[in-house]
Amino acid sequence: MISIVNLGMNHETAPVDLRECLASDPSGSVRALAAMKNFPSIRECLFLSTCNRVEAMAVTEEPEKTRDATLQILCELGGRSREQLAPSIYFYKDAEAVKHLFRVTSSLDSMVVGEPQILGQVKQAYAMAVREKTSGVIMNRLMHRAFRVAKRVRTETGISESAVSISYAAVELSRKIFHVLEGKEVLLIGAGEMAELAARHLVTHGVSGITVANRTFARGLAMAQLFGGRAISFEELGENLISADIVIASTGSPEPIITYDKVKGCLRKRKNRPLFFIDIAVPRDIDPEVNKLPNVYVYDIDDLKGVVEYNITQRKQESVKAERIVQEEVEKFFKWIDTLSAVPTIVELRNKADSVLANELKKSSSVLGSMTETQREAIITMAKSIADKMINDPIVFLKRTATRTSSHTYLDITRKLFNLDPDRDDLPFGKQ
Amino acid sequence: MTYLIFKISLWFHLVAAGGFIVFLISRQKVAFRISYWLLLAGFFLHTLFLAMRYVSLGAAPVLDLTSALSFFAWSVTLAYLLLHLKLGLMVLGSFAAPFAAFFMIISSAMNWSDAPAGEGFKSLWLTVHVGTIFLGNGLFAINFLGSIMYLVQEHYIKRKKLGSFYSRLPSLASIDAVNYQSLVVGFPLLTAGMISGSVYAQYALGTYWQWDPKEVWSFLTWLAYAALIHERVAIGWRGRRAAVMSIGCFLLLLFTFIAVSLWMGGYHSFGSLGERRGL
Repeated sequence: MISIVNLGMNHETAPVDLRECLASDPSGSVRALAAMKNFPSIRECLFLSTCNRVEAMAVTEEPEKTRDATLQILCELGGRSREQLAPSIYFYKDAEAVKHLFRVTSSLDSMVVGEPQILGQVKQAYAMAVREKTSGVIMNRLMHRAFRVAKRVRTETGISESAVSISYAAVELSRKIFHVLEGKEVLLIGAGEMAELAARHLVTHGVSGITVANRTFARGLAMAQLFGGRAISFEELGENLISADIVIASTGSPEPIITYDKVKGCLRKRKNRPLFFIDIAVPRDIDPEVNKLPNVYVYDIDDLKGVVEYNITQRKQESVKAERIVQEEVEKFFKWIDTLSAVPTIVELRNKADSVLANELKKSSSVLGSMTETQREAIITMAKSIADKMINDPIVFLKRTATRTSSHTYLDITRKLFNLDPDRDDLPFGKQ
Repeated sequence: MTYLIFKISLWFHLVAAGGFIVFLISRQKVAFRISYWLLLAGFFLHTLFLAMRYVSLGAAPVLDLTSALSFFAWSVTLAYLLLHLKLGLMVLGSFAAPFAAFFMIISSAMNWSDAPAGEGFKSLWLTVHVGTIFLGNGLFAINFLGSIMYLVQEHYIKRKKLGSFYSRLPSLASIDAVNYQSLVVGFPLLTAGMISGSVYAQYALGTYWQWDPKEVWSFLTWLAYAALIHERVAIGWRGRRAAVMSIGCFLLLLFTFIAVSLWMGGYHSFGSLGERRGL
């Protein structure tokens, strides 16, 4: 009996120094995969390594030996002893292993739940397994199911919907106010690192112009050049408030730089266009009273943190839905695994032949009815023996190969050739 | 037969409204698509119903409150469909469809009058007058619903409490675009409706203007909308203040449309229209 096993570690079980020693060498994955492939009882395998996790999946006949061998491979890869590595390692078998893979792929096991990168990383790991020919019938099916689960989780739950970083939350709020950011003007007051990050996000979402006002003009100019914008002096702030749509403030000033009166004075000249202040400075650069002005919105760092925290709790709620999807898909997968033994396939093959025969006889019933009893029986016997002979060789072949390592491939192909799972929706080598 | 079509159309509207609400809550696009097609089907049947009534009455089917409410619901749906084609704001349907369905329910609960219209009503001027006014009213209804959406969404953003509605409602800019479009198209229609009405009055009653309560209140409503559109276009009012004023204007319009016609008498009142006298 074969097993699906998974051995690995993630950001929760392993400290960063352990994870980085395994992830540091990009060619490590290929070597680890080759080492797994060479282990005799492993039939199919896949190796995933990112900065947050290492996962080694295998289809094997001897789960316990595979576990030891894979751990040994990880030790060699990271240059650590078994004692050092073992406490950080988890090991899953069969349903648990499949569930773990589905959770990883759909980003339920990620440090930031719902982050989108992991799916791409799993796809790369699978592509490598395909390239190195370590993936077979079961792994192919397993991975395609995993991608399907990830897609379902993404579309059926709101798990990756809302922003969970400060700078992205700022972008999202901007879009809730302005709808599109194309053509919007951004004014940066102060040229700190956080401001740069937020500005970078806004630029990738299409804002048209960036203006930088900084106490040290040279620093402001350097930052403006980074984004292809222009630099102004602090004295010109007033005029630029009229043209700006989004203002990001991050100076070290002890006093608010943007006061209530200053903003109020420019509202009419702005023709009441909405104005969004993002204040990431502590102490704050923008007088909180400014938020009371019509069509003006002020978010300080705590407000943005509040948004992020709210979004994180939302994601947690959505992940309950996602876990249910994962559970469903695990069960479906094992239903398929169960069909991959010789006996049920042979039975279904016979049933298929019988049902084809019965259907065809029914179709010709009018002609058969006009024959004599002997003629009719001769025809029926002949039809039966044709059907039996047609499937006899496949059945003999399946029985003979049942104990071989390649039996899954033959069973899978037989099921496909004779269309024994008509509602099957994946084609292992088809669309990806 | 005619009323059966109305009833079926009502059911389409109700199911569509339910579907739009499901869409608002679940955010499944498939719920929107189904509801949208149901609404289209309901709208088509409603149009058929109105056309049959028009033929059988020989005049625009707005001469009693029942018919007027039904025609108003039709105008709201039409306005929504037109704005959806132009601006494509999906969530708007979750407000417009229940709103239209609500007026259809009230309409269906009342009695229809099948008495043929008097000769005075069988005029193209009446059809133009009523058609433009009602389509304008439909757009103003959308303007009203959009303003409510705007106020809710603005409240969330301003107070920094991002509830579940925050993520479901569209951005401020796109709601404001709907409010602006509905206003700048609705206002000329209202104006055209009032002008054609006075031309019709001259032709049917011999005078352009006779200080009828409906005329006076309509003029006040027109002035309110004129002020709003002036502020928006010339001064650049937008957002919260414009939304609040939109809501005020629409409440005035509803008062003119329903209360004045019901209780204030005059030749526009449903009482006199229903008895087919007045003109």
